Amino acid sequence: MRFIVCVKEVPESIDVKIDLKTNKLQEEGISTTLNPFDQFILEEALKLKKNEDEIIAISIGTPQTKKVLMKCLALGADKAILLSDNVFIGSDSFATAYTLSKVINKIGDFEIIFCGQQTVDGNTAQVGPELAAQLKIPQVTYVESVEKFEGKKLLVKSQTDDGFKIVESQIPVLLAGIPPSSFTPSLPPLRNIIAAQNKPCIIWNFENLDGPKDKYGSVGSLIQITKVYYPPPREKGIMIVEEPITAVEKLIELLTKDKVI
Amino acid sequence: MLGKAKELANELKQDICAVIIGSEIRKFCNVLSTFGASKIFIAEDDALKEYNTEIYTSILTRIILKHKPNILLFPATKMGRDLAPRVASTLKLGLAADCIKLTIQNGKLLMTRPVYGDNILADIICPNTRPQMATIRAKMMEKAEPKQNESAEVIKEPVNINVDSFKTIVKEKKKTSIPGVKSIDEADIIISGGRGIGSKETFKIIEELADVLNAAVGASRAAVEAGWKPKSCQVGQSGTTVSPKIYIACGISGTTQHLVGMKGSDVIIAINKDPEAPIFEVANYGVIGDLKEIVPLLTKALKEKKI
Repeated sequence: MRFIVCVKEVPESIDVKIDLKTNKLQEEGISTTLNPFDQFILEEALKLKKNEDEIIAISIGTPQTKKVLMKCLALGADKAILLSDNVFIGSDSFATAYTLSKVINKIGDFEIIFCGQQTVDGNTAQVGPELAAQLKIPQVTYVESVEKFEGKKLLVKSQTDDGFKIVESQIPVLLAGIPPSSFTPSLPPLRNIIAAQNKPCIIWNFENLDGPKDKYGSVGSLIQITKVYYPPPREKGIMIVEEPITAVEKLIELLTKDKVI
Repeated sequence: MLGKAKELANELKQDICAVIIGSEIRKFCNVLSTFGASKIFIAEDDALKEYNTEIYTSILTRIILKHKPNILLFPATKMGRDLAPRVASTLKLGLAADCIKLTIQNGKLLMTRPVYGDNILADIICPNTRPQMATIRAKMMEKAEPKQNESAEVIKEPVNINVDSFKTIVKEKKKTSIPGVKSIDEADIIISGGRGIGSKETFKIIEELADVLNAAVGASRAAVEAGWKPKSCQVGQSGTTVSPKIYIACGISGTTQHLVGMKGSDVIIAINKDPEAPIFEVANYGVIGDLKEIVPLLTKALKEKKI
């Protein structure tokens, strides 16, 4: 079996600043990590992996993105592929899904594609479903766990708007996963980090993929960001420091005055 | 959503159409016309009872290709965020996720969405492909005024499905939300409890306050992890992002992961013992004190005020 896990390098803190000169997000010099949603789903993939199975982690990014792929290898992936090329810069979710579909087609046969449900930076939750559509395979999103995988069928538990459902799916399938609230991304043990150095981490650029150049990156994107800016700051609030009874009276008085209630 | 659609349609002098897919859904036509839909495309079949990504996509793409809308909106719910990208990618259409504001600029849809939690906003356009697609946080938009005696044209859409061809099947479904109790993504008011609540039993005082205000009960990650409330109540980055009219945070310190999930609320009221708690930085009204004393007093006072 072959499992493919799509991962992204994201800022460690979402407290990102805007560069006032270029009017773009400040991306240089900030510390980055493996998107926690992706680490969760990689760990789910590892639970299904038997000896003869292969897990390939793929990512699109800068040469520095190799760092998060090395973490995937240390966590247990067998092989990593990094897509790095200026041609890919500025991709929206459609162009990102297109690029990933080209990589996956080049890799060949697979049984399951794993994606994080969303990233902590862009938070579109669109790349997984858009990729599944382009590969013409079914998708299950908001996956909490894979309950059973036998033969050609998979049982997964996934969140719905009012609870959860158990879905049976054929393979190949794409699963987009969301971690339970208790999930904290762990660091792989040192010996695995060292062992990962001997696993293959291949770097591909645009030339390694087929498809016309104008399908990739900002040119191949269907939506365009015209402006990034800070939301208007919230007005400074009113603090009430009183004995409970007086505090409640005062709060209700303020809420009534401001027509909140 | 219809409220927003009406506003955009009026500006562009275009029609508002609604699409419903499912089984036994004709009953929704009435309310859709009351809220402004002038045409309703309905795809009804018993086999459509359970939401299925591929089947709903094939029906919806057919409707889009046939009627060629200019703008297509989905709610940014789990279902909407599963379906919209599948449809967009199938038809090679641009899609903006989780928008909080939609306006018309030079005849085009300008979509505003938060990125990096709710720390930064981005304005997005879809220059070339039609329909222009967005999933939206419906709670952030003004509700349309209902108009009685409006009746929309109901157009039946063909449904050709073969259940045997389904590649995914729902085997079991369970609601973790309690019937009659509002869920956090539909409520106008949310009362949330955090670590400061202290125990599952103490959540009762939150529920009593919620009852008086006809509000939903939310919880911080800490409270969910402690097992005091189910995951479906969790507000925050790893739970649900909410933007109600009033958000009351009780015993919630306000970690970044919680704040990004509720900062978009119109009015935030925080009750916490610790005056240094970060929740006070986003609160419009902050009460410093013990929630176990304050919340029941607030419930009592509001009950007397009969809100």
